[in-house]
Amino acid sequence: MTDRPAHMDPKNSFQGLILTLQQFWAEQGCVILQPYDMPMGAGTSHTGTVLRALGPKPWNAAYAQPSRRPKDGRYGENPNRLQHYYQFQVILKPSPDNLQELYLQSLYAIGIDPALHDLRFVEDDWENPTLGAWGLGWEVWCDGMEVSQFTYFQQVAGYECNPVSGELTYGLERLACYLQNVDSIMELNFNGGSGDAKVTYADVFLQNEQESSKYNFEAANTEMLFRHFADAEIECRAILAKGSEGNRQTMAIPAYEQVLKAAHNFNLLDARGAISVTERQSYILRIRELAKACGGAWLQTAGGGAE
Amino acid sequence: MPELLLELFSEEIPARFQRRAADDLKKAVTNALVDAGLVYEGAKAFVTPRRLALTVNGLPARSPDTREEKKGPKVGAPQPAIDGFLRAAGLSSIDQAKIESDAKKGDFYLAQINKPGADAITLLSAILPKILTDFPWAKSMRWGNGSFNWVRPLRAITATFGSENEDPVVIPFTSGVVTSGQTTFGHRFLAPAAIKVKRFDDYVTALERAKVVLDIDRRKDIIRSEAEHLAFAQGLTIIADEGLLEEVAGLVEWPVVMMGRFDPDFLKLPEEVIIATIRANQKCFCLRDAGGKLAPNFIITANTEASDGGAVITAGNERVIRARLSDAMFFYNGDLALPLEHSLPKLEDSVFHAKLGTQFARVERLVKLAAEIAPLVGADPERAKRAAMLAKADLTTGMVGEFPELQGLMGRYYAAAQGEPADIATAVEMHYKPLGPTDKVPTEPVSIAVALADKLDLLTGFWAIDEKPTGSRDPFALRRAALGVIRIISENGLRFPLKVDADLLAFFHDRLKVSLRDAGLRHDLVDAVIAVDSDDILQITQRAEALSALLSNADGQNLLAGYKRAANILAAEEKKDGMAYSGAVDQDRLVGAEETALAFAVDAVHASVTNHVAKDDYQGAMAELATLRAPVDAFFTAVMVNDADPVVRANRLNLLAKLRDTMHLVADFSKVAG
Repeated sequence: MTDRPAHMDPKNSFQGLILTLQQFWAEQGCVILQPYDMPMGAGTSHTGTVLRALGPKPWNAAYAQPSRRPKDGRYGENPNRLQHYYQFQVILKPSPDNLQELYLQSLYAIGIDPALHDLRFVEDDWENPTLGAWGLGWEVWCDGMEVSQFTYFQQVAGYECNPVSGELTYGLERLACYLQNVDSIMELNFNGGSGDAKVTYADVFLQNEQESSKYNFEAANTEMLFRHFADAEIECRAILAKGSEGNRQTMAIPAYEQVLKAAHNFNLLDARGAISVTERQSYILRIRELAKACGGAWLQTAGGGAE
Repeated sequence: MPELLLELFSEEIPARFQRRAADDLKKAVTNALVDAGLVYEGAKAFVTPRRLALTVNGLPARSPDTREEKKGPKVGAPQPAIDGFLRAAGLSSIDQAKIESDAKKGDFYLAQINKPGADAITLLSAILPKILTDFPWAKSMRWGNGSFNWVRPLRAITATFGSENEDPVVIPFTSGVVTSGQTTFGHRFLAPAAIKVKRFDDYVTALERAKVVLDIDRRKDIIRSEAEHLAFAQGLTIIADEGLLEEVAGLVEWPVVMMGRFDPDFLKLPEEVIIATIRANQKCFCLRDAGGKLAPNFIITANTEASDGGAVITAGNERVIRARLSDAMFFYNGDLALPLEHSLPKLEDSVFHAKLGTQFARVERLVKLAAEIAPLVGADPERAKRAAMLAKADLTTGMVGEFPELQGLMGRYYAAAQGEPADIATAVEMHYKPLGPTDKVPTEPVSIAVALADKLDLLTGFWAIDEKPTGSRDPFALRRAALGVIRIISENGLRFPLKVDADLLAFFHDRLKVSLRDAGLRHDLVDAVIAVDSDDILQITQRAEALSALLSNADGQNLLAGYKRAANILAAEEKKDGMAYSGAVDQDRLVGAEETALAFAVDAVHASVTNHVAKDDYQGAMAELATLRAPVDAFFTAVMVNDADPVVRANRLNLLAKLRDTMHLVADFSKVAG
């Protein structure tokens, strides 16, 4: 573990945690991407993971991604649950033989000393039905708390992954609470400062949680959201059609961005209670079909390995 | 004698697959050894989260030479036959074959093929990779650039063969990108260095030194006894949980047990909630105090010896449990503040199914149905109505919203907390049951009424909108609901005819057949007592059991034989005559003692069986039938049905028809096999 100033130490600083992870993975040769500039539910949905996981080309990237889960909003009153939180995402393709060791070293780098903590790999097989993706792997537990999801992708957007990507997802707020020893996310020290210079997570995000929870649960215009969902679906297919040139695709990424819109609209509608239990499956299938089409389109581009 | 040591070192194997994998490995290898002619003295398999290991001892260095005899064509057979035989036996000329004589068939060729034995290591280098490729993991995966499948990435293979007095040899093979060797690794954190391995004895010793307990049962024993010590020291006892113990033993290579605490204030929560949280979410054991109350303690099983004795680990686990219990407490208190029935209007916003309306509409149906069912099961209709009204109210509570698996349980707690009578509170929880073939069945009348109403509404509703389960899909758990109805009726001995339409009744029949077969009743006997319109589950079950008892002794079996003979004769003659015999026997036309005796016996038994059946006494009915055995046997011995006199013949056929009809009062014996 490198010596770092107190205000950058993950034990005192939420942004210090993010910066330390970025530095660690940069040192492993990862491209450090910035968050995708569109709302999404998880870091996996970033093109830097979901699309790059497909096709034969190697790829190593790491990034923080704000993840939006409208249904999880609690108006900032629940100590552990937010409708907007950060995941730290790492993808290594092909998965290296020492992936577990690298991951553990990243934990040591942020201050989790294996001599003191109980770290375990507990079976958990991840799947995301809207992306047509699944893999095998584990939840990583630190002293009884889940700190990461560790997955070897087997299939994404309905396509077999070859080579297989290793994906690591860290729950940053939860990890930070543990490192900083606070019981509530809002109490986290965001910038590592002290006294008047200290900025807390609440200072940064409490108002967002209050306002967004209200919007998500009480105010979102569902008629508009349904319309936008349908528009995204139509536009996605239109883009793929317009971009298709023989067996090459020239607009896979813009088409996939429509999938992100559709998925986020679905999440907002779900939070509003506008989607019944029986309809939910059909919406998920619709999004999945779009994701699969975009996955196939990506494979017809240079990024996806098409010659 | 040489021994084989095999270790497959990988990333963490799911706990629930481990024991089975050890068994599968042992079976696959020992079967393959035997097939290859390699006998052995003993074999044992081991498993930890990171390794699957097998030791086989008492193997030979080579498989034995064998001689196989292959029989060929007759001497003088056509050349193609001889050529084929030479090819199959691997001979170059027929002179190499012996000639043997068979008294009946004459001379024929016999090839004696000597198969020399093979070197065990060579055999194993082919056997082992095939076993790995074909290994029956329930779920497996690829990794990196490879196409090899394993439960999790395979990182090293140790495969050695040799005796005590020599340096063992590595059995050479490759699986995926991993080549066999003799290097393993110790505990991931406590002793990760590489270990050179020779044979099982040094392997086990080296692993133990490297903080790996190879045997899962030993790990379980360590955990169990250390936990008991910690508990005893505090005057507490562990709540036994064999399933959790097995799981936890699959999460550690070096079990270290410690005790944590939570704030006793949380004991205000229902015990089930606390235990569910600590056990299912944290994989920790709960404890009781000397008085039997849940204690504010729990047992952690860590996979490391911490340099601070476990203080940080314990604090970490306590933190997580505190957060979870706080969550639960927050919801619990919020829910207690609101009477259950005030939650009911929220059910109007909850769609049960697009074509079946809201949950609220369903509750209205349940209230009505429970009131109708109540008198049939000895329940007070008003109490059944109240219980039905409250049965789904907990679905809108905060606690059930966060922990959906607690539905019913929380309803009971909240109902009791607001002063509902005990049987109504119990019904709110029990109406979901049974949730599976081994789950408890409601036994109190109010619980029974609501449980039946719930399941019958589910089934009739989905049948009405044509959403029936298929062979592969049953998303609304309708099979489980039908089985639940059957179990509730059977285990409570209820007279409860199912007033449902024919198609749904047929579905019940299917489930009942499965259930009775699983209870050990022969399938043909079950078929014999279910008619298309049989709607009384208890009656069907009692008939089937009585029939089974009847046919378990000689009387019943012989009676069955006699019945079949009568039925066959009748069928043949009815076909010939183009008419059915009604069973109207003319007493004056009876000829001979046996015929008369049978006629009187059938008459009497028909009357008494009818009586017994009317009283649902199927044992008694079957006993009566059994008395027919003797007169039926005597009849068939002495009497020829197809008498020359057409009147006598017709009368005898009518007698057989009456016999058949008498037996059919109890069951359709034509469906009984044998």
